[in-house]
Amino acid sequence: MIYTKDLSKSYSGTTVLNIEELNIPKGQSFGLVGNNGAGKTTYFSLLLDLIKPSTGNITSNEVIVDQSEDWKPFTSAFIDESFLIGYLTPEEYFYFIGDLRGQNKADVDKLTASFEDFFNGEIIGKKKYLRDLSKGNQKKAGIVAALIGNPEVIILDEPFANLDPTTQIRLKQILKDLAEKQGVTILVSSHDLMHVTDVCERIVVLEKGNIVKDLETNPTTLKELEAHFASNMVSQEEE
Amino acid sequence: MIKHFINLEWKQYFRSSYWQKSIVINILLIFFALYFVGIFLFMGAFLYKIIGKAAPDQDPFLVVNNYIFYWFIGDILMRFFLQKLPVMSVKPLLTLPIKRSTIVNFVLGKSALNFFNFLPLFAIIPFSISLLKNGYASSLVLTWLAAMVAIILIINFLNFIIEAFSAETELSFLPVIAIVGTLFGLDYFNILPMRSLVGDGLIYIANNPVFILIPLGILAMAYGYNFKILKEKLFLDSSLKSKVTEVKVADLSWTNRFGDIAPFMQLDLKLIWRNKRTKSMTMLLIIGVLYGLFFYPQPMYREMEFMFAFIGIFSTGFFLINFGQFIPAWDSGYYKMLMSQNIKYEQYLRSKFILMIMSVVILFVLGIPYVYFGWKILIAHFAAAIYNIGVNSHVILWGGSFNRKKIDLDKKAAFNYQGTGAVQWLIGIPLMLVPMGLFALINWLLGFEIAVATLIILGVTGIIFHKKLMRFITQKYIDSKYKMIDAFSQDN
Repeated sequence: MIYTKDLSKSYSGTTVLNIEELNIPKGQSFGLVGNNGAGKTTYFSLLLDLIKPSTGNITSNEVIVDQSEDWKPFTSAFIDESFLIGYLTPEEYFYFIGDLRGQNKADVDKLTASFEDFFNGEIIGKKKYLRDLSKGNQKKAGIVAALIGNPEVIILDEPFANLDPTTQIRLKQILKDLAEKQGVTILVSSHDLMHVTDVCERIVVLEKGNIVKDLETNPTTLKELEAHFASNMVSQEEE
Repeated sequence: MIKHFINLEWKQYFRSSYWQKSIVINILLIFFALYFVGIFLFMGAFLYKIIGKAAPDQDPFLVVNNYIFYWFIGDILMRFFLQKLPVMSVKPLLTLPIKRSTIVNFVLGKSALNFFNFLPLFAIIPFSISLLKNGYASSLVLTWLAAMVAIILIINFLNFIIEAFSAETELSFLPVIAIVGTLFGLDYFNILPMRSLVGDGLIYIANNPVFILIPLGILAMAYGYNFKILKEKLFLDSSLKSKVTEVKVADLSWTNRFGDIAPFMQLDLKLIWRNKRTKSMTMLLIIGVLYGLFFYPQPMYREMEFMFAFIGIFSTGFFLINFGQFIPAWDSGYYKMLMSQNIKYEQYLRSKFILMIMSVVILFVLGIPYVYFGWKILIAHFAAAIYNIGVNSHVILWGGSFNRKKIDLDKKAAFNYQGTGAVQWLIGIPLMLVPMGLFALINWLLGFEIAVATLIILGVTGIIFHKKLMRFITQKYIDSKYKMIDAFSQDN
């Protein structure tokens, strides 16, 4: 589904991302972990053609993302709050995204109704602008907006940050269902190793722009990841 | 402490991406400033002689004081639209061991160093020198000079008080219009002779240096009041915490007739109506409509046919210029999202285009009553409207592809009242000067009818090539996509 080849991104000589080859098959739930500056957001931005790759490219469903825009209809994302339109209410925002993705109001209503639990009664019908919502509620709205229009690829950057524990658990269930039952390819990044191992079938560890680990999730994965990041700490202290 | 603040200011200014990317505009601004300095210097140096020639039987010093009231009024107006209270990002400072009063004093003190406070000095000082040369007592001249400086600073601080009130009202420029209008009206209708009151007051102070304490006292009061309002705002909960506004829902289903661009039009209309920044801009439309009234009632301007085109372009294109110059920066807050969505750039731009066209048509229709001042005016306005639709709309959209400055729609009113600086006014000039110059030239060489026809032909040409032009403009936007995303995600 998503094939990355010889991809690199550098800013005035400093390479921030360098991926020789990475293939994410359709329907996989894919987790990206790494410390700050590892290149997670850079990779997602490249995937959405928000920045230009220095070398190489990403092919999504046979579309080269920085050459054609044909990947847009089947891809959706929520990277940060700048994906929200502050002066709209959540409903208006959902309808707007729906319009862009060829969904009518009824379709959107049906989808958002199924997330009533997730919203916890704090999003729909509150007559508040998105800019006036709390960070957590903004995130909820953004994540659900990314699910509008049956996308085949969903990209979520740090979806668990800022959410309360109940919502985190609900979100994990939603993401698992999407990947397992509907065959959606999900790309998630997180600093929380436990959440990623819960949700993702496969986890890739980035370090200073390079892939250092590529794991199929199994019961020992969390331990392995924890050991990896802890040893990292030790080696840095030795330096 | 002040040293640290100055250091921060310096870095903020020179490290902003805006400064680095718009050196041309900065140079232009410097030229603009020098131009005004030149005018003021000239005025100050020769005013005494000019008045002496024009009214030989009067004392130039008295004449100047007699008319200085108008300058004060003009100064208040100019400052309101061009001068901003210096901005300082205080949030990071609040938790540090710095006294709040230090921060406020610094912000206010910085405002006293504004260009607008120095500009009058270029006129006042040479004028004072010429007074001294002509045998006025030095104590009188120096006291007058000091009083003038005090008054300039009073206006400086008065402006921020007006701005503070403006920020709380929907019609942001209403308070300043009300204040200036009242002052002017009092004098004009002889209710209170403000002109001679101010003039006599100044002369009295100049003759009795002790009374300089009065303007100084007012200055201290104005400063104190500013200090009070700003200090109250320096708490997180009063200015930095957002006020939750009740949602206003309007039925926008009529936009559905525009087909595939309807979602964008609805978004644009909500953008305009729901954000402080855009709302105050829309209110300025009233000025656009009434702009002709500044000129046409005077027979002098009715003789100058080339003015018709200028006023026509300006008043029918008021929204076009004010809204258009910030495309696509209006959407800068969520530009990344738009770029990752399944949209056609051309639809996005066409929505803005149609909004601008509609505004031109509406403003033209509202301006039809100008026919009262002569049918030529209406015809010239019509030609100007066509020119706006066919040429200026495309030019401003094209210019938008060079926009690299983020606009913060949610900007809290704390330290930022207007957001419209001198830079934005400069951009409007080529849009107006080109058609005006063309019109004036042809009108002078070949006559009114041909000049009108030229504007219309240019406009119609633009309309005919609309599709082609839009393709070209869209390509420009696509080419600068990455640069825009990068610039819009930076804070200035």
